Amino acid sequence: MTAMDELPALQTTLLTAIAAAGDEAALEALRIAALGKKGSVSALLATLGKMSPDERKVQGAAINALKDIVSAALVTRKSELAEKTLTVRLISETIDITLPVRPSGLESGRIHPITQVIDELTAIFHDMGFAVADGPDIETDEYNFTMLNFPPGHPAREMHDTFFMPAKPDGTRHVLRTHTSPVQIRTMLTHKPPIRVIIPGRTYRCDSDQTHTPMFHQVEGLVIDKSSHMGHLKWVLEEFCKAFFEVNDVKMRFRPSHFPFTEPSMEVDIQCRRTGDDIRFGEGEDWLEILGCGMVHPNVIRNCGLDPDIYQGFAWGLGIDRIAMLKYGMPDLRAFFDADQRWIDHYGFRPLDLPSLVAGLSG
Amino acid sequence: MKFTLSWLKDHLDCERPLDDIATTLTRVGLEVEGISDAAKALSGFTIAHVISAEQHPNADRLRVCMVDTGSGSPVQVVCGAPNARAGMKSVFSPPGTYIPGKKITLGAGVIRGVESNGMLCSAAELEISDDHDGILDLPADAPLGVTYAAWAGLDDPVIDVALTPNRPDCTAITGIARDLAAAGVGALKSLEIKPVAGSFPCAIDVRLDLPGNPSWCPAFAYRLIRGVRNGPSSAWLQKRLKAVGLRPINALVDITNYVSLDRGRPLHVFDVAKLTGALVVRAGREGDSLQALDGRTYTLDATMCVIADDAGPVSIAGIMGGERTGCDETTTDVLIESALWDPLTIAATGRKLAINSDARYRFERGVDPLMTMPGLELATKLAVDFCGGDASDIKLAGTIPDIDRVIDFPVSEVKRLIGADIPHYESKIVLQSLGFWISGHQGEAWKVAPPSWRPDIHGKADLVEEVVRIVGLDRVPATPLPREGHVMGPVLTLQQKRVRTTKRLLAARGMAEAITWSFIAKEQAALFGAAAGLDLANPISSDLSTMRPSLLAGLALAAKRNGDKSVHDVALFEVGQIFHGGEPGEQSMSACGIRRGLAKVNGAGRHWQGSASADVFDVKADALSLLSALGINADALQLTRDAPAWFHPGRSASLRLGPLVLGSFGELHPRTLNALDVGGTLLGFEINLDRLPKPKVKATRTKGHLALSVLQPVRRDFAFVVPSGVAVGDLIKAARGAQKDLISRVSVFDVYEGKGVGEGQKSVAIEVTLQPQDKTLTDAEIDTVAAKIVAEVTRATGGSLRS
Repeated sequence: MTAMDELPALQTTLLTAIAAAGDEAALEALRIAALGKKGSVSALLATLGKMSPDERKVQGAAINALKDIVSAALVTRKSELAEKTLTVRLISETIDITLPVRPSGLESGRIHPITQVIDELTAIFHDMGFAVADGPDIETDEYNFTMLNFPPGHPAREMHDTFFMPAKPDGTRHVLRTHTSPVQIRTMLTHKPPIRVIIPGRTYRCDSDQTHTPMFHQVEGLVIDKSSHMGHLKWVLEEFCKAFFEVNDVKMRFRPSHFPFTEPSMEVDIQCRRTGDDIRFGEGEDWLEILGCGMVHPNVIRNCGLDPDIYQGFAWGLGIDRIAMLKYGMPDLRAFFDADQRWIDHYGFRPLDLPSLVAGLSG
Repeated sequence: MKFTLSWLKDHLDCERPLDDIATTLTRVGLEVEGISDAAKALSGFTIAHVISAEQHPNADRLRVCMVDTGSGSPVQVVCGAPNARAGMKSVFSPPGTYIPGKKITLGAGVIRGVESNGMLCSAAELEISDDHDGILDLPADAPLGVTYAAWAGLDDPVIDVALTPNRPDCTAITGIARDLAAAGVGALKSLEIKPVAGSFPCAIDVRLDLPGNPSWCPAFAYRLIRGVRNGPSSAWLQKRLKAVGLRPINALVDITNYVSLDRGRPLHVFDVAKLTGALVVRAGREGDSLQALDGRTYTLDATMCVIADDAGPVSIAGIMGGERTGCDETTTDVLIESALWDPLTIAATGRKLAINSDARYRFERGVDPLMTMPGLELATKLAVDFCGGDASDIKLAGTIPDIDRVIDFPVSEVKRLIGADIPHYESKIVLQSLGFWISGHQGEAWKVAPPSWRPDIHGKADLVEEVVRIVGLDRVPATPLPREGHVMGPVLTLQQKRVRTTKRLLAARGMAEAITWSFIAKEQAALFGAAAGLDLANPISSDLSTMRPSLLAGLALAAKRNGDKSVHDVALFEVGQIFHGGEPGEQSMSACGIRRGLAKVNGAGRHWQGSASADVFDVKADALSLLSALGINADALQLTRDAPAWFHPGRSASLRLGPLVLGSFGELHPRTLNALDVGGTLLGFEINLDRLPKPKVKATRTKGHLALSVLQPVRRDFAFVVPSGVAVGDLIKAARGAQKDLISRVSVFDVYEGKGVGEGQKSVAIEVTLQPQDKTLTDAEIDTVAAKIVAEVTRATGGSLRS
């Protein structure tokens, strides 16, 4: 029997062994036994040197073919074994994906609704050309009242339930500002018209019940130039209400009223529908009073060193806490200042909920 | 201000429906707060005749009545009233009627087997009285089929308007009628008052004794009526007073109330028999007191104006009279006072004495001086009509002031302020119908004199308001505010931007934004170093008495409140004002945060991956993160152990930028927490945003060149044993300084104290990153740097390389 005759048997033996190899080490032993220096296939290749050229041609081709087949079988089996190993490893690495993760601050942190609403107001009024002004909480009587055309001793002052600071030796006493309006005065005294500002901030009145807290927030608006009139005021407020309440149309009712620092003065109601705790704007038969406004009183303009026959403009004021309650449905004003973590978690806004007119105020 | 529709119609010729009148009132600035209209509520109740009343076959207490409602065919009604009887007149309501007293809508039904098609009603069921003992028993001549409310005179709706303080004229029903007439819902009737001629001289003297304060009482008119019989006033007057919420007293008192409501002219009546000597108007004196008509006794002082006789005060001028000289059924001679009082004095006195009378309400707003005499005449006429008697001549102390004011009014002012074209003639008609006197022609500057009853009108803008409120604010078209001719640039100030960034950043670190009171309790403020002058003169309560010097107190108390509700792991922040003095502007914008329990930066509460209590390094991280976001270079900051006294001295630091203290962080002092009654440990930081330096203004927005080395960085670890008291920060600084051009980073990865390290020593392990710039480092070069690092750290700390 020639070596040639043994080739099919050897091939069968080797391929069977390769297919049966259980791990990479066994496979390597088979490779060495077949293709190693002293391997069975290598031994056959070594016999070629002693053959005649014709014989070598025939035998060489057959032995090399066997070598290729065995090599390929080794590679295939190796890959099969690797796949099997990986499968076993992956199964062993299985974890419980239901275990909870820790939320990051971006999910758990909260912005207070007042801050959010101030950011909304800033976005809306910035689009209409307004800057933001602020002023001190402790204010002079002069700025809080007198320059705003509240004469000393006038009953309108009493309606403000003012908090007072201790009287000074000369008898004067500062107040906690009862409205954001003194910032109108500060703005007019320091800025040359045209002026367009909103003034959001804390205000104080000595009053406390379900709808009044001794501290609350107001936003004041002020426009001073040589031509702005009540028609502009109406437009600004209508646009504001639509943008803020995010409705296409809002019906507003302007009623004549009285404030010492505006003339003519108006109160503004907006149309709404109440169902239970829910209020919708732009529909319904109810009217809800939301703000006071008017043309800046000539005395106020004059008090700020401007000529009311040349300069004119308008102002309005409304409660930030109140419009926050109307828009977002908080039932009780007092909870705004209680810092109850559960309340802030529920009514607060996420850190990246940035109000913008481009993306929508409330997302 | 309440009035009835019929009373209004005394002065206004008007056939318009009530709804129109109410809408117009609100439209012209007299806001209708409510209308109670019994006629509307009771429109379904008519007068009916009970034809028969038989015993109900199945119920002892019920009767089956046949009722003639006036419609022709009798209706069967089952009735439980004991007084139901054949032949009586009562009040019937058909099925479908809403019964106010029962708050139900009546249905047709079968009661104990007998059909019932309506109801006979009691007064309680109509809500006109509490009487529910039986059905209404009307006189035999009550007209069948007529609405009960109309027959009973209940059909006079009561209108309640909220008056703004600038409209004293509308404290008179005549004033309201005038506004309505101007607005076109009716015609004003003549308001003329006919004088009553005096038949004898008034023997009583009133003297004004107000040296230094003549403005307190410019005029005091009065007259005597002798021989009156003072009893109940007439039914129509009583009914009107009751309708607007006043209790009828007697004719003379009721007349003063009537004139006050009708004409806005408060009066007072004195029983002459009870006066001792002449009357004098003077300032209050030491020892003056008065038992007033409300039964209470008031102590009067020199800031108040009083009317007194020889026996002492008889009236708090313009506010309330005294009991001693009041009129009652025995009064035969009465002195009627019609005086002018100074609004500011009245307001101050009323406030001081806490008296809210109808007279004060009017005088402090400003009573029409020209109504002084006519008001007195009207009262006289009514008094003589009701009570008989003879009136004296009128006497006047002082003088009725001249109120002539003329305003130059370019009529173009209307368009300038409201932006709408109102025809000039229309403006003129409006002003004239409100009683203004106008001289001038179309297109000119008019001369306008406001009427005596409008003390609120002083200038052009006031006149514009009068025009626009009467023609209607809906005549003003909404007009877009012109846009600036460019894209809106940024408008926020540096502080406003910093406040925004701060809030969003702290929220992103898992904290919840709180807004707490700007004032805290005095003793709490003291714990946080409150300056003098921060106490309110009139705090609303003792725990909200002092302007806060720090936000930490409010947040610490908030943490406690949350803990009391079993919310223990809280991370709260506030950005708000703190106060360092009582003058305007002595305040700063502060950013403050607290952490408590397990509220760490990387998540609050217990967690399977590990839970730990928040510690000083959480709030240090908060503070540094904030400063970094606000553009402060962390490397430039110094930490010093001089945090304010409310922090734990060993676990806190001040954050400094050179001489500038930006803020502090740490654990709160146990004594401070104890004083606030806050248990456990509380971590906090507070940064004064106003102290941060302004960023440098750069000419361009480019970020500067980025040089990325192509050479591999080299990392080497070192462990040093140093005395426990050595600050790791100093060690890091020493290591960094060993060769600044090569060492790009030093990080601490282990700090250990305990077994294996000597007593009083600690081991600090650092990783040093070397970043070569122009060539790869050789081993020898690396060893040289390593030796320098060891030498520097050893020199700076007195420690040694751990072996």
